[in-house]
Amino acid sequence: MKAINRRQAFALGGGFVMLTLMPMAADAEVTGDAAKWIEKFTGGKQPVKGKISLDLPEIAENGNTVPLSINVESPMTADSYVKDVMIIADGNPNAGVATLSFTPLSGKAEAAIRIRLATTQNVIAVAKMSDGSLFTEQKTVKVTIGGCGG
Amino acid sequence: MADKPRIKLPKEAAKGEVIQIKTLVSHVMESGQRKDAQGKTIPRKIINKFACEFNGKPVFSCALEPAISANPYIQFDARIDEAGTFKFAWTDDDGSVITAEEKIALKA
Repeated sequence: MKAINRRQAFALGGGFVMLTLMPMAADAEVTGDAAKWIEKFTGGKQPVKGKISLDLPEIAENGNTVPLSINVESPMTADSYVKDVMIIADGNPNAGVATLSFTPLSGKAEAAIRIRLATTQNVIAVAKMSDGSLFTEQKTVKVTIGGCGG
Repeated sequence: MADKPRIKLPKEAAKGEVIQIKTLVSHVMESGQRKDAQGKTIPRKIINKFACEFNGKPVFSCALEPAISANPYIQFDARIDEAGTFKFAWTDDDGSVITAEEKIALKA
């Protein structure tokens, strides 16, 4: 094996930095359009991770119709229920996907829809409870064929 | 368009039971981002709101964006405390509303 020259070593190092930085960026920082949508929904409050189970395929062959189902843990009584759930796709030209509004009559905070994803990206759900607390969950979906048309 | 929406729910339920409702309505859900052969943008035309109520009380609703697939499929749950009628409404960008009704009875 050939010894690594200076240029290769630099490239390797760069790759390493990217690798270590990427998961952090994916989990904590939501930027651009998606952040605006979330802020509008939460009013600037920081949602806590948990309570939501977000079900999406890991790899979506066709970005035109990606099944999404969501379930938020809640007793769904008149005193304590899930009010709204916002779904956001941070890599779409328009990050908003849908806002689901539940009532105690829903019985369960559970819903399924089919969404369009332009490219491989994170799908984020933010839930607002009746007491004002906020929860979030996100998932990365790999998209083979984008679904927004050119 | 004009196709009747398809709605699937049980005919009857026990008191207090939580049932699942599946709905599907035919609609192009044009995102407003596609271009036609001449390179002109095809104007946006989507269903931007769906609402379901039971005996006049809201059960579930959602605001939809262009990122919803064509022929939007929406599945959700409802708790049945009494017999009655579900009313479903899909609101189009152009203001037209597609509506549907389904009845449910209590199990004897």
